[in-house]
Amino acid sequence: MRDVTSAKLLRNHSQTSARLPPRGLPGLDPAWSRLVRVPDADGVDRAWHLLDNGAPADHGTVLCVHGNPTWSYLWRRLLADAPPGWRVVAPDQLGMGWSERTAPRTLAQRVTDLGRLTDALGITGPVVTLGHDWGGAISLGWAATHQALLRGVVLTNTAVHQPEGTYGPVLIRLTRVPGLRDLVCVRTPAFVWAASGLSRPRLNAEVRAGFAAPYATAASRAAVGDFVADIPFDADHPSREPLEEIAQATGQLHVPVLLLWGPRDPVFGEAHLDDLRRRLPQALLHRYERAAHLVTEDAPEYAEAIAGWLADLDTLPSAGPTARADVRPSLLHARLAARAEDHAPAIVEVGRPPVSWDLFDRRVREIAAGLAAVGVGPGRRVALLVPPSLELTVAVHAVWRAGAVVVLADRGLGLGGMGRALRGASIHHVIATGPGLAAARAMRLPGSRIVAGTLVGSLRRVLGAQHTLADLARLGRDGPAPCGPVVDDECAVVFTSGATGPAKGVVYRHRQVEAQLALIRATYELRDDDRIVAAFAPFSLLGPALGVGSAVPDMDVTSPGTLTAGALADAVAAIEASVVFASPASLRSVLATEPALSPTQRSALSRVRLLMSAGAPVSAELLRSVRAVLPAAEAHTPYGMTEVLPVTDISLPQIEAAGAGDGVCVGNPLPGVQVRVSPLSVSGAADQPLTAAPGTAGEVCVRAAHVKQTYDALWATQRASARDLGWHRTGDVGHLDRQGRLWIEGRLQHVLTTPAGVVTPVGVEQRVEALAEVGSAAVVGIGPAGTQQPVVVVVPVAPAPRTAPRVAATPLADRVRAAAQVPLAAVLVARELPVDIRHASKVDRTVVAAWAERTLAGSR
Amino acid sequence: MRVLVTGASGMLGRETARALLARGDEVTVLQRRPGGIGCPEVLGDVADAAVVGRAVVGQDAVVHLAAKVDVVGRWPEFLRANVIGTRTVATACRSAGVQRLVHVSSPAVAHDGQPLVGVGAEPADPAAARGHYARSKALAEQQALGADSPDLAVVAIRPHLVWGPGDTQLVEPIVARARAGRLPVIGSGAALIDTTYIDNAVAALVAAIDAEPAVHGEALVVSNGEPRPVREVLDRLCRAAGVRGPRVRVPVPVARAAAVAIERAWTLLDRRDTPPLTPFLVEQLSTAHWFDQRHTRQVLAWAPHVSLDEGFDRLARWFATTVTTPCSRSAGQRTRGSRTAALPAVPGENLHSANATSHDTLDSC
Repeated sequence: MRDVTSAKLLRNHSQTSARLPPRGLPGLDPAWSRLVRVPDADGVDRAWHLLDNGAPADHGTVLCVHGNPTWSYLWRRLLADAPPGWRVVAPDQLGMGWSERTAPRTLAQRVTDLGRLTDALGITGPVVTLGHDWGGAISLGWAATHQALLRGVVLTNTAVHQPEGTYGPVLIRLTRVPGLRDLVCVRTPAFVWAASGLSRPRLNAEVRAGFAAPYATAASRAAVGDFVADIPFDADHPSREPLEEIAQATGQLHVPVLLLWGPRDPVFGEAHLDDLRRRLPQALLHRYERAAHLVTEDAPEYAEAIAGWLADLDTLPSAGPTARADVRPSLLHARLAARAEDHAPAIVEVGRPPVSWDLFDRRVREIAAGLAAVGVGPGRRVALLVPPSLELTVAVHAVWRAGAVVVLADRGLGLGGMGRALRGASIHHVIATGPGLAAARAMRLPGSRIVAGTLVGSLRRVLGAQHTLADLARLGRDGPAPCGPVVDDECAVVFTSGATGPAKGVVYRHRQVEAQLALIRATYELRDDDRIVAAFAPFSLLGPALGVGSAVPDMDVTSPGTLTAGALADAVAAIEASVVFASPASLRSVLATEPALSPTQRSALSRVRLLMSAGAPVSAELLRSVRAVLPAAEAHTPYGMTEVLPVTDISLPQIEAAGAGDGVCVGNPLPGVQVRVSPLSVSGAADQPLTAAPGTAGEVCVRAAHVKQTYDALWATQRASARDLGWHRTGDVGHLDRQGRLWIEGRLQHVLTTPAGVVTPVGVEQRVEALAEVGSAAVVGIGPAGTQQPVVVVVPVAPAPRTAPRVAATPLADRVRAAAQVPLAAVLVARELPVDIRHASKVDRTVVAAWAERTLAGSR
Repeated sequence: MRVLVTGASGMLGRETARALLARGDEVTVLQRRPGGIGCPEVLGDVADAAVVGRAVVGQDAVVHLAAKVDVVGRWPEFLRANVIGTRTVATACRSAGVQRLVHVSSPAVAHDGQPLVGVGAEPADPAAARGHYARSKALAEQQALGADSPDLAVVAIRPHLVWGPGDTQLVEPIVARARAGRLPVIGSGAALIDTTYIDNAVAALVAAIDAEPAVHGEALVVSNGEPRPVREVLDRLCRAAGVRGPRVRVPVPVARAAAVAIERAWTLLDRRDTPPLTPFLVEQLSTAHWFDQRHTRQVLAWAPHVSLDEGFDRLARWFATTVTTPCSRSAGQRTRGSRTAALPAVPGENLHSANATSHDTLDSC
């Protein structure tokens, strides 16, 4: 059913010929533009406008196909930053951009048109196709019919199939109404402007005008309406069959594939991405979490990602699935299984009856069998929206035993951040408490729902829960035990704090978690008769896997400041704990409530042999003060991050022995862990070869058996973090000393690039904080990279009157400058420093830098 | 080497001439009044082609500092002294076969009022420049760089806020005002500004004379490369003089309103003396302006050899050993006594003047 209005219009301008784009469009080099005359699918000569970087195609050609209603302008950044040896050709489709206006064209015609064009251009391969929006389907059509030339496929926010239950967004659906489509797409530029309006963050006006430039008149927009009319929503649409053929053929493409995706797209959503991933299982995926439909605008770094991927095509032997997986069974449950007959307490929640090892093991096995029976098995991802508790610990171990993957995102991300994280993790199931299920609905999470705990039937139905863990336990009681995961199965996806941009999913395999647990046991000399108190969320889960009994104090584990000395003592007494794991924030609140301890409580605490504090930098002073509460405990603090923990460990005596230096001494790498640094160049980039040379500052790189497998759905991030084969780049900057100890000097992104060279912040901050009058300090650079000026913001011990930073009085500035030992442009005073949400202890230097920059620009 | 220095009566011109003499160059100076430097002097106006033509004959290099530096005055005066003067000097250099012209310009030629944060030397922009002085200097720089040619290598040096012992344009008025308890901080006083200690500015000009022939046709900002909050600069200058630093803070909108009112009054009354505050000055004292010095240092093979701290120490020693009140010093050393009343008349400017406009009244001491 074809709408006639635009066809009528077309008669008036079918001769409208191709033109060159106007000069001065931002980012567009006029030298790329040319017009060529080529016969179209029906043999009629047509004039095309195309962009061509004209580079010799030593390695090949990237054929870029735009969608509707954009034009080749979309690809300008790739043309500008084309990798060496790659020619980049980006035509405007017929009727679109600056190419000749034609009668309406079907999908099949467009695919043939494109083939005629590449023939005429003498493109002989290898070719990598790149498509966006409906250009994706056309590029795949070209790929399917030119397989001999095809070297790879890149797709961004596109589809070859409308998955069940998706009918396209309202805007597109409305445009199927004849007359309305004509009004929106042709007679007015509403659709043209709406498309560039989808960009996030908002496009600047000049670029938006650039996208709209070829579509200034109704006549020039005819093809915009035709393109929408050609979307085959209906079974009898003439383009339906060609699209299905393309979809079929896509599944037969055995070339490397890269998917670059903007999740905020109202047009092409998660269902379209899932469909493409099913058809192209070899695809590498990078989700630009903040990008919407126009990925090339919202994530300009896409060009760099494609360049890196193209480079890998020529250097890596195969971009497809890697070597055969290791099928040895996972030993993650070995310690739990070994105590299956043990009646001693495995988990104690203060105020509740203890759970013995045999009971815990049986419960885990039952639920695992029940989960397996309802399809929760290897490769399936399970989001857990359960507060840290016995239920969570049971659920995690049951999911593992069933061979599935736990997906954990911190509540500190907020509902929005958590939703983005979990939607991006392609989860299949959600295990949640009642509030968790409500949150899952609010976050629009996919996957079947399983209730943890109890929930009345009506509420269960409302929240769409199919099972409860109790049901599954009953179901699994008599069922066969799942066959269990192997070491190369995925085990967990854990999200980072998101302190520096959207949270990243970190994928662990069983082999890596096994290695991590073994290292923790060895580092803290944990034996089966040790018992721990875990006042720190991740470790409250790991007791059973570590093979030691554990107790969780009466506190909100996600809110470390709620731990009192009494609650800690009661937990220690309940399980006769020998080891305490606690975050520095909870230790501070323990210290604050220490006077209220009873003699019995003190006596319980005096039997703790080891204190491990992690989660944020821990000061020696804090560890020393804790002796008042835990007099016999040797205080340790590890260094590590979500991607690899622990890397090093240091005890209080070792901290004291290390003394002052440039940065924070975090100790020697643990056995089996290698640490190198990638030295910084003057630009602040860590781009020098890895070295262990003492005193050389650079990005800290770690090699160990327990380093993450990969980042999830972040191909480009993973590639950058693992660009030294076998090493993980941490994003921290530091140096090794002559004793092999690692000193952390700050985050790579906080390194100052001054004309005199790079400056790392932590050492300077420590020297300034050594002044009696200074409570805390942050060192930041202001001004353009390479010519930055160092600035210190200090929080005096005596409260400053205002939060807004101001210039320090000259005598204070003199003392700070003398202490800093680097030239400072300014010393500012503030009442407090902004800290991260998750740990409330890491100074957010990015915010401080923005403060300083604004303050020192002067008052307007 | 034979070098002509125009405008050697200001601090920077005088010190540059002395530095060149000290290293054995044959120096001639050109200015309107005798400077007493101890070298051949040509007296006259830089806009006078005959005078300039006579002075450049036989010179290897010319350092052109002569300019009208002021915040008030009529456009024709700026045009003549700065634009026509520079064109006259450049033309004379080309006719006389001078090989190197070092034109002393100002960062103000490329400042449209926005904060300048770590920028290089943007092209001079007369249309956007603020006020007669900056506009005339922008045109002058274009004249100078326009004369760059295979036979005459021209480089424009833009020293930023030059100060030092004996400085009558920046240090003296600030100290005088502070002593009178009338030195305010405008706004937060946090605007980060670059300054240049006199010896470093002199060394940069000498380096520009000696620069490789490949260095030509461009403008270079020169500073100490140690920006400081404006309040700290004022405070340290005052401390060096043994005076208490600024205590009064005036919010920017108040200062701006006052400055506009003062400017209107001056225009209405046709006053020729320097007003205590102008909108341009308010803007300069409340917005950041500091510069990327990497390119300058590389092409001039120059780096400041006196740090700010050392400079403040030297200034303090100078104050300690000099019998001072500003008025006790010979007015002859100063081209314009009215400067005493002003805050830094034109931040962004070096301290040179050969035109010695008429208002020699001493008002405020």
